[in-house]
Amino acid sequence: MSLAITSAISLNPSKRVLPGFALSLGISLLFISLILLLPITGLLLQTAGMSWNEYWSVISDPRVVASYKVTLWAAAWASAFNGVVGLLLAWVLVRYEFPGKRIVDALMDLPFALPTAVAGITLSALFAENGWYGSILAEAGIKVAFTPLGIIVAMSFTSLPFVVRTVQPVLEDLAVEDEEAAISMGGSDLTVFRRVIFPSLWPALLTGIALSFTRSLGEFGAVIFIAGNMPYVSEITSLMIFIRLQEFDYAAASAIASVVLLASLILLFLINIWQAFYLRRIHGR
Amino acid sequence: MSIRVENVSKRFGKFQALEPLSLEIPDGQLVGLLGPSGSGKTTLLRIIAGLESADTGRILFHGDDVTRVHVRDRRVGFVFQHYALFRHMTVAENIAFGLEVMPKVQRPNAKEIKKRVHDLLEMVQLGQLANRYPAQLSGGQKQRVALARALAMQPQVLLLDEPFGALDAKVRKDLRRWLRNLHDELHFTSVFVTHDQEEALELSDQVVVMSAGKIEQVDTPQTLYAQPDSRFVLGFLGHINVLQGDVNQGRLSQGDAWITLNGHPNAKAVECYFRPHEVKLQTQPSPTAHLPLKVSAVSLIGAEVRVELEADGWSSPEPWEVGISHAEYNAWQPMRGDRCYAVPEVGHLFSSDKTEPELIQWSQAQQSPVVGARSSVVSLFASA
Repeated sequence: MSLAITSAISLNPSKRVLPGFALSLGISLLFISLILLLPITGLLLQTAGMSWNEYWSVISDPRVVASYKVTLWAAAWASAFNGVVGLLLAWVLVRYEFPGKRIVDALMDLPFALPTAVAGITLSALFAENGWYGSILAEAGIKVAFTPLGIIVAMSFTSLPFVVRTVQPVLEDLAVEDEEAAISMGGSDLTVFRRVIFPSLWPALLTGIALSFTRSLGEFGAVIFIAGNMPYVSEITSLMIFIRLQEFDYAAASAIASVVLLASLILLFLINIWQAFYLRRIHGR
Repeated sequence: MSIRVENVSKRFGKFQALEPLSLEIPDGQLVGLLGPSGSGKTTLLRIIAGLESADTGRILFHGDDVTRVHVRDRRVGFVFQHYALFRHMTVAENIAFGLEVMPKVQRPNAKEIKKRVHDLLEMVQLGQLANRYPAQLSGGQKQRVALARALAMQPQVLLLDEPFGALDAKVRKDLRRWLRNLHDELHFTSVFVTHDQEEALELSDQVVVMSAGKIEQVDTPQTLYAQPDSRFVLGFLGHINVLQGDVNQGRLSQGDAWITLNGHPNAKAVECYFRPHEVKLQTQPSPTAHLPLKVSAVSLIGAEVRVELEADGWSSPEPWEVGISHAEYNAWQPMRGDRCYAVPEVGHLFSSDKTEPELIQWSQAQQSPVVGARSSVVSLFASA
């Protein structure tokens, strides 16, 4: 009996013990197509009606170019800020025990859970000249709301969890022994951080910063309420897309969107290549 | 450099990891801290290194109090069980780390560092792997790199936390021998932690046996094995066969089992321990011992055949184990369920009111036990 069963199984040699590979891969690919590839294709098709000259004139319009600069700079500052603060928060959450740690940990995801419009309104209320923070900052001569600085604040608020959540698990996995070894060999705290801890965190941190950056490039809801939206000064690219849409100029909106999309994709791609290269060394493959 | 531990204790929350204890490690010795997990051996090692601070007591290196000296200034080499190599650095970079982080005044120049790293790599026989990353090495190679790294700053104290714990048996043996040679060559003081009694006895000049945060016994491997001070030490150094019972008219008995103890006062709850090689198996009981047993398993691997037996007509907390020679095995051919009798030659007797054992020898010629003070019997042992 058992012999018969064995031979029946060996007639159908399957390399996998667990079933379902074909089905699950199929479903995954279908959803990737529906959710990612189809909209991107649609976007590109929208622009297909334009000639290269029209396309170029739309995306190189001075007001749009100014919005690229504002968006890029603000996103760069926001993600750099998040890199520092996010690393600090992840460090505190992993390395120290304190009352309410769980709550702080849960609060980290708030920017993701909160509707961005709510975040935008709250932030602009807080940072307005008569708001809680704004009134204090105004005394120091710093204006946040309705300036490019406000854009940075909104962007970093909505994308902070990216850094915390990518660095946190890596930091948790980091063996305390490595640090102890480095210290026992006479390394100062700074040296140990710079030469032992940071190189291990660096890939995750950079991924977190890149995710934060790309998310900031596309942030809309939180930013428009606090940005002031002054042409050439505090208009972000997403707003330009929105304006084109309101003018029912779908092709132009798609053209600008395609620029943002391309920038995000290139960035993610580069980060992934670099990370694969770096991690291959650590994992010895 | 000699190490002195004075009255050191440590508590983690409610758990008393170390009771106040003192220990003297002479210069140049290789000392093993042996004990089951949770006995505090690693905590003690980490306190000596300065990776953990003691709640009370002092640590002295060569007579100098280093209790308040930070680990980075204690100049100890520390080797971790899981190597703790820096994954993003090559083997050579790992070894150079300790030299590169030295203060500018003491730091050797780049050329000298390179030479030192090269020499260390030669010493651990890994010269050709200098540019590999740790992930590309085997466990034994990683541990040798870790050793070279710990020795780079020429520490006078080398501390090793279960250095061979994560390696397979063959590599472990090689590395053990290699460490012993290295120690004899370089004359530093080494302390290593292990839960493997064989490793401790083979490698150490002195073995410190620990249990439940206390030091049970400190002795050379020879003395430790011949004169275990307590039930714990005796039980921890290899398998132990036990007869528990009451002494009545010169006989320790329980159920069908008994051994003669001439001249021993009557007592309750007495335990007699027998080592596997200090017991013979016979088909007939002897006049001095009646210990009926039933064979439950036979293991043929190794220099002798290990026979596992169940108590027959009495009870033992653990199965008995007796070692017999292959010749005896071939003559007897024991099978599962065969009955036989154990005849001990030497026993370690623990009375309920004493923690120290009394060594008992049954002379086969006289057919009556010799009961005596521990020391006198041991000298008898040595002359035999």
